[in-house]
Amino acid sequence: MTTEPIPDQPRRKVKNFSLLSNRAGAAFLTPAGLLVSVFVIVPFFWVIFVSFTNRTLLGKTALSPEFVGLANYFALFDPSNFFQRGQFGFSLILTTQFVLASALLGQALLGLLLAWLIQTVPAWVKRITETFVIAAWILPEVVIGFAWFAFLDRDQGTLNALLTGVGLPKGDFLLKQPFWVIVVFNTWRGAAFSMMLFSSAFSSIPPSYFQAADVAGASSWQKFKDIGLPLIRGHIVTDLILITMWTFNTFTPFLLTNGGPSYRTELVSIYNYRVAFHDFQFGKGAAVGVIMMLINLAFALIYLSIGRKKKKG
Amino acid sequence: MKLTLPAFIGRIAFSALAALIGAAFALPLLWFLFAPFNARAELGLAIPDPWTLANFVTVFGNNFAVQALWNSLIQSVGGVILVGAAATLAAYALSRSSLPGKGAVTYVLLLFSSVVSGSAAMVPIFLIVSAAGLIDTHLAVILTFAGGLLPTAMFILRDFIDSIPKSYEESAMVAGASPVQAFFDVALPVIRPGIVVVVVWGFVNIWGSFLIPFILLRSDDQMPASVAIYSFYSEAGTPIVTLLAAYSLIYSLPVIALYLFVSWKFGFRFFGGIKA
Repeated sequence: MTTEPIPDQPRRKVKNFSLLSNRAGAAFLTPAGLLVSVFVIVPFFWVIFVSFTNRTLLGKTALSPEFVGLANYFALFDPSNFFQRGQFGFSLILTTQFVLASALLGQALLGLLLAWLIQTVPAWVKRITETFVIAAWILPEVVIGFAWFAFLDRDQGTLNALLTGVGLPKGDFLLKQPFWVIVVFNTWRGAAFSMMLFSSAFSSIPPSYFQAADVAGASSWQKFKDIGLPLIRGHIVTDLILITMWTFNTFTPFLLTNGGPSYRTELVSIYNYRVAFHDFQFGKGAAVGVIMMLINLAFALIYLSIGRKKKKG
Repeated sequence: MKLTLPAFIGRIAFSALAALIGAAFALPLLWFLFAPFNARAELGLAIPDPWTLANFVTVFGNNFAVQALWNSLIQSVGGVILVGAAATLAAYALSRSSLPGKGAVTYVLLLFSSVVSGSAAMVPIFLIVSAAGLIDTHLAVILTFAGGLLPTAMFILRDFIDSIPKSYEESAMVAGASPVQAFFDVALPVIRPGIVVVVVWGFVNIWGSFLIPFILLRSDDQMPASVAIYSFYSEAGTPIVTLLAAYSLIYSLPVIALYLFVSWKFGFRFFGGIKA
């Protein structure tokens, strides 16, 4: 950094006047800069580096890992077992289905429906519904995991008690339909965000639009389709990108199913955990991390470019 | 305005549907409202008869459980102090100085923070913490969270500071205050609400987190409550669910209290929505 004396700043254009000198500014940025560098930026590059080694948690290769080139990536993308259960391809496909079903269909649609419903229902219905939807979202993930564990219990769980109450057979959902369990679980857990985003978008539409439609005799569905939906298109895109990123990275289903039974709920985040911390293959785990980050990068770039356009336009 | 009959039926149908969805969301949580107060609750839903606080007494008599709550507090408060202080200084610099390239810094930070998530970066984070010799320490969790939460905290605060007129500090400096004095005596009190939001948001994030402490900590006496609860119900043997329910409720209370505080003070909008 050049340390030229700053000549009479206040007398120059007001725009260039800054309250904080460059030196003070740099000092103010240092603590945050250090922390972010060490725990955000270095991991990004380190994970790439480690993914080219055979590093393990224990043993000789823990201390002196060897460079193995692309071997970890070849192992991940081995066509002979790529789609087998417990392999990388299986968990990638599983994660894609999980994101499509629980984020894009589940959270976004349910959030949209809820946001529309609570605009028109009486205040007390709105408040009670909102309370439970938001509670599902703000409570700590471990508590939620445990609550669902109890809820789904085969012999005593509330769900089976309800099912038998109306004459339906009991189900052992965690064992028999584990994928659908985590889909419903994630929809339940995350719908609040979409609901709130859409709800604030709907309430920013001038009420006169809807009043005019009322006068013309429009139904609720017509108002939703022709006024509400087109006006919140930007919010829908934002919502879809954000919930896709979060759902793609989520580790919470681990608390409910541990990735099992027999790898049937092993999302990529859980696969990454198992390979690195259960099988101790850090190099391979790092390669999974790199691929996850590349996918995150693609979504982040889309998100940021949309955000920039919005700021300009 | 008079409602026509179809419109009236529509209203009722809407309310019924909203109530039904609300009930579906409530179902998995209802058990939590009752089980902690039930002397012999099982995993099933049952109204306590009689209501009892014995489970809470037992939880507070369990050293491991209390220690874990204490650990959660150390890690959350430590992390939040670091995030709050570092983010305030940095956001102020980004807003008020004319450092070259600060726009680019902001952009790159936003990009990195959304790319490097805990679940994608667990291997390098473990290796960094391990290289620093910090595995199984509170400091490891505190530093990792501070680093991870900082980019977002800086954005929230920078937005906030940008919205405050510079004339406050300018007039202080005209009156002879140094820039540092202007920051501490003039700007800081004004941006306090922004700091409160960031601190509450950071606290809830660290308090509720599972993966990072699960990876970085080994021994029982370092574990936060999230990991303790998980090990209580996931490990072999039948968990004593009444105690676990009571413990989970105690563990959730700070989050609920902070949520109520924020919605009362600021109006709840997207607080907590930005996950680390």
